[in-house]
Amino acid sequence: MEAFTRLDAKAAPLPLANIDTDQIIPKQFLKTVEREGLGRGLFFEYRFDEAGNERADFVLNRPEYKGAGVLITGDNFGCGSSREHAPWALMDFGIRCVISTSFADIFYNNCFQNGLLPVVLKADEVQALMEEAKGGNHMVTVDLAEQTVVSPSGQTFRFEIDAQRKEKMLKGLDAIGETLQQGQAIDVYEMKRALAQPWLEDA
Amino acid sequence: MRCMSGKTLYDKIWDAHVVSQQDGEAILYIDLHLIHEVTTPQAFAGLRANGRKVRRPDRTLAVADHNVPTEGQELGVRAVADEEARLQLETLERNVADNGIQFFGMGDVRNGIVHVVGPEQGRTQPGMTIVCGDSHTSTHGAFGALAQGIGTSEVEHVLATQTLRQKKSKNMRVLIEGQPAPGVGAKDFALAVIGAIGTAGGTGYVIEYAGDAIRALSMEGRMTLCNLTIEAGARAGLVAPDQTTFDYIRGRPAAPKGGAWDMAVEYWKSFYTDEDAVFDREVRIDASKIAPLVTWGTSPEDVIAITDVVPDPASFSTPDKRAAAERALEYMGLQAGQPITEAKVDVVFIGSCTNSRIEDLRAAAQVVQTAFVNGKLVAPHVRAMVVPGSGLVSAQAEEEGLDAIFKAAGFEWREPGCSMCLGMNPDRLKPFERCASTSNRNFEGRQGRNGRTHLMSPAMAAAAAIAGHIADVRDFV
Repeated sequence: MEAFTRLDAKAAPLPLANIDTDQIIPKQFLKTVEREGLGRGLFFEYRFDEAGNERADFVLNRPEYKGAGVLITGDNFGCGSSREHAPWALMDFGIRCVISTSFADIFYNNCFQNGLLPVVLKADEVQALMEEAKGGNHMVTVDLAEQTVVSPSGQTFRFEIDAQRKEKMLKGLDAIGETLQQGQAIDVYEMKRALAQPWLEDA
Repeated sequence: MRCMSGKTLYDKIWDAHVVSQQDGEAILYIDLHLIHEVTTPQAFAGLRANGRKVRRPDRTLAVADHNVPTEGQELGVRAVADEEARLQLETLERNVADNGIQFFGMGDVRNGIVHVVGPEQGRTQPGMTIVCGDSHTSTHGAFGALAQGIGTSEVEHVLATQTLRQKKSKNMRVLIEGQPAPGVGAKDFALAVIGAIGTAGGTGYVIEYAGDAIRALSMEGRMTLCNLTIEAGARAGLVAPDQTTFDYIRGRPAAPKGGAWDMAVEYWKSFYTDEDAVFDREVRIDASKIAPLVTWGTSPEDVIAITDVVPDPASFSTPDKRAAAERALEYMGLQAGQPITEAKVDVVFIGSCTNSRIEDLRAAAQVVQTAFVNGKLVAPHVRAMVVPGSGLVSAQAEEEGLDAIFKAAGFEWREPGCSMCLGMNPDRLKPFERCASTSNRNFEGRQGRNGRTHLMSPAMAAAAAIAGHIADVRDFV
């Protein structure tokens, strides 16, 4: 997993609630057997019209937001499917941090597997950032170690994050490698289970 | 530490699966891992790249469901026209063969939608932990199993370690009590819950459904309810196992046999919520007050009674919700204040992991048959399709003559798969087509670009097919 420490980037405002994973990455892009290249499908219906032309008014198509690394968005972002293609697409497009008032559980969890930082702020803070990001200056700084987002005008917002998740993301740790170090504990659990629930052993 | 109050069903399943724990994050043992073609290729590739093996192929079961066309399945994967879909299906075939995982391929009568197949094969059992790279894994909670959708990185983690790293969620109980009106069932219960708490209402919780209306539900109904729990934001839904559960499992291929059966039932009976257990949140719903429900917008929380009108976006509480409602109305081609029964449908889809089991097909067939006897068929402008959840559901329905009823009334009777629920296979809506659908998501573009989805029960969808517009099933039974 890619480590996340500190990010200075343009922030793009997308003020809609309940943006679901079908909107983040539509189904036609899920037929890949690769992790890479999904950026082309990110927000496909928002970015392109029926003829395949860019919609000039969509925030990520506007020249001033080209290369945005942060997305500021509405409540319950990432609801819907478990598809990890959603964080993969955001990352591939260049988004490294999403700021919202809340995230759907599975999406939130998937972000941490990939070094995409989901930041939860209070509604008035998200609103303030959103307004600033709509203006001429939309450079923000996200510092994971400090747990802060600094707005274009210099306002600092502190966010909460689980200590273990923070640590893993700062270091870009491999969860499987870590768990495999506990192989013995898993062996013991399996032996006990085989005795208590033998019917599961000959399925 | 002494715990003063009793444990919830979720607490008990959780505690029984903790391998180790550090700072609140547990390594949770996984009893059953269901896999399908869409969310696993990158996981197997990751294993190969790191020289890792599948730890418990015997606790893993694979199906092909999302991408499969719903006709011509006997020709096998090689006949799938969509090249990318074919590659994904072939990749799954190779991965399961390389790793010795049981797999029901296209055309196998046991194949079907992963959340129909697991229970049908008896692989889903009470007290288990179950995961799958699919959010609707919550379905299996109907058996009193902790069942959750996971992402592909976690699929790889489970393949390699048979465990999942996780922090415990909070406990919510939804009590549904009372006698529902005729024509009102599990789908309406689920939509009522989502409408009541919102699509983010369950975020951070595991929901246990309890109450006499839940006890009265069949396993199919409980699966529908738990399936839609993810649409309320909760990763898992639970119903404590009871005699209905045990009767469903008994005799299925992977059910415990002989002396092991009694031992298993004894074990399963230990999974219930203690009377003095405390929930972090409780919600009560009166089943007798639930009308048949439909969605009007592009989020499953956009729910209204069939007798209602489309709401006004101005009535929503926050700016982002108002913006979402305005966008939804435009997308759906509806006006605020319009009776929902005015919405004319082009397509009716009866299927998906939510509503493609035998009882769902029976409920729809009953409406169709009653209409048929009264000389009514599927409205001429409507394309109506029934997609059974598995080959075995299909065979059972055919044995009961349900396929004949559907076909006589003008429905297409198709082969099993996810079909039009998610538009990843040839079954999808054309732009601006309106669909009465028994599936689970009315998101923009979900069933096809610019397709307009109204979620409802199988009986309601059948009524819409006959009426040609969204209709009240109570006028048909």
